Amino acid sequence: MSNRKRLSNTQSSSQARKHPGSPSTQEEDEDVTFTQPSTSQVQRGLQKVTEAQVEQKTAEVVQYFLVKEQRKVPVRRADLVKHVLKEHRNIYPEILKRAARTLDQVFGLKLVEIDPKNHLYVLINNLETSEGASPINSTDPKRGLLFVILSVIFMKGGVVRENVIWNLLKKLRVDPGEKHEDFGDVKKVVTDEFVRQRYLEFVRIPHTEPVEHELRWGQRAEKEVSKSKILDVMGQLHDRDPQSWSQQYREAHSSQNSTQQPGSSSQR
Amino acid sequence: MSRQMGDSHRRFLQTMMASGIIDESGAKALHQHCCETHSTQYAPDRLDDFIDTINSKLQPMFMQIRKGMSEDNGHQHYALVNMVENDVTRMSSDYADNELELFKKTMDLIVGSEDGKASSTDILNSTDSMTTKKLKKSEIEHLLNRLVQDKWLSEKRGEYTLSTRCIIEMEPYIRAMYQDQVKVCHICHAIAFQCQICENPTCGIKIHNPCVARYFKGRTEPRCPACEDFWPHEIPEVRRPRSQSRR
Repeated sequence: MSNRKRLSNTQSSSQARKHPGSPSTQEEDEDVTFTQPSTSQVQRGLQKVTEAQVEQKTAEVVQYFLVKEQRKVPVRRADLVKHVLKEHRNIYPEILKRAARTLDQVFGLKLVEIDPKNHLYVLINNLETSEGASPINSTDPKRGLLFVILSVIFMKGGVVRENVIWNLLKKLRVDPGEKHEDFGDVKKVVTDEFVRQRYLEFVRIPHTEPVEHELRWGQRAEKEVSKSKILDVMGQLHDRDPQSWSQQYREAHSSQNSTQQPGSSSQR
Repeated sequence: MSRQMGDSHRRFLQTMMASGIIDESGAKALHQHCCETHSTQYAPDRLDDFIDTINSKLQPMFMQIRKGMSEDNGHQHYALVNMVENDVTRMSSDYADNELELFKKTMDLIVGSEDGKASSTDILNSTDSMTTKKLKKSEIEHLLNRLVQDKWLSEKRGEYTLSTRCIIEMEPYIRAMYQDQVKVCHICHAIAFQCQICENPTCGIKIHNPCVARYFKGRTEPRCPACEDFWPHEIPEVRRPRSQSRR
């Protein structure tokens, strides 16, 4: 069995004690409060490692992101530091910069921090915005289901009660109460899988009896899904000009909502 | 000589990442689709160059797109593999230590077998000698399903074989781990599990089932390429690749 990981563990525990920025903490997991090293610390750190070591760590970070992204699970910075960077946590910014560049140039994936407070990262597909990549054309039926739900939430102003979605799905012959051929437990896909992947938020409405929830766009959806594209599709469906939904049109074209522009990844 | 990487390469790579492995006709169709989607110049016979470009950029990541043959149907496949290990490191992020131990025991059984297969009963029995935390029967069944889903193993009628992707990815590890114990195909020189063996005790060369089909095609009297003894096994049919629909 590979001992690569275990060897590094013994090194990192001694390094952690020496690391100036690492706080003494009441938290059980000190990495949760990992503080970003300063530029001078990074510079000093870089002098102590070989280029090959930096490349190796960059490769590991890239792999880590890719593996997590396969399951659409966001990456926590703390986990990245603990499991991958370990003794090289002091040059974290440099490694992350290189990893982001590689992910962009080689894989066409953009590294995005969807939660600046908790330092959560996802990979957004730079290529998705090309012509043939409408979610409706995608072969994955879950993408279609997600797109329908996101569209409804968006058109209805950004939040809907869960029953609205369940009733709509029932009308589309996707009954949340029954096991579906493509989706299985539909309710679980919507309230668990899509939420974990940060496409949706499923939040309890207080003081409701029986308990009711509301659905909103998740952080990943905000970054990945184009609201103007949804409006275009709505326009086609209802044979209307997207601008006729003035409220949604404004929202879709406001500066905060510009998602990836079509075009190739960087050619630096 | 590698060209610059463009969006057509990236799309190809992303698709490879999602599926892990793709057969040759699928790769050709995907190549065409990617070039057309991104308005890149396309020539059907340039697939290997196209992949070389991607591989040159993947190399610093210790990843490669590698070609290998399916022991099942003899078709060429392309798999996205990790080059970094001399171990099953790629799997260690997805599987617990005892799950990995079971996988290795399964691999032991497959390598040691005559037909390249391990029955679920044998796998279950092999857990008697586990050094890590023992797995329950239901856990083993669940694990085997996962391994099939994740394309490390293939299953047919209760018997497990190493998947094509597994063989392509782990060939260096398997060769290093099992050395002389692992069989090698006399025709194509890749490692072999599901194969036929020359019955001549002084010869004993092995040939993949699909390699047998190709090598002996049309011959009325099949003879061992090494010792020229009569080849006694049933010669399988060559399986032609299906034409794939475009992705």
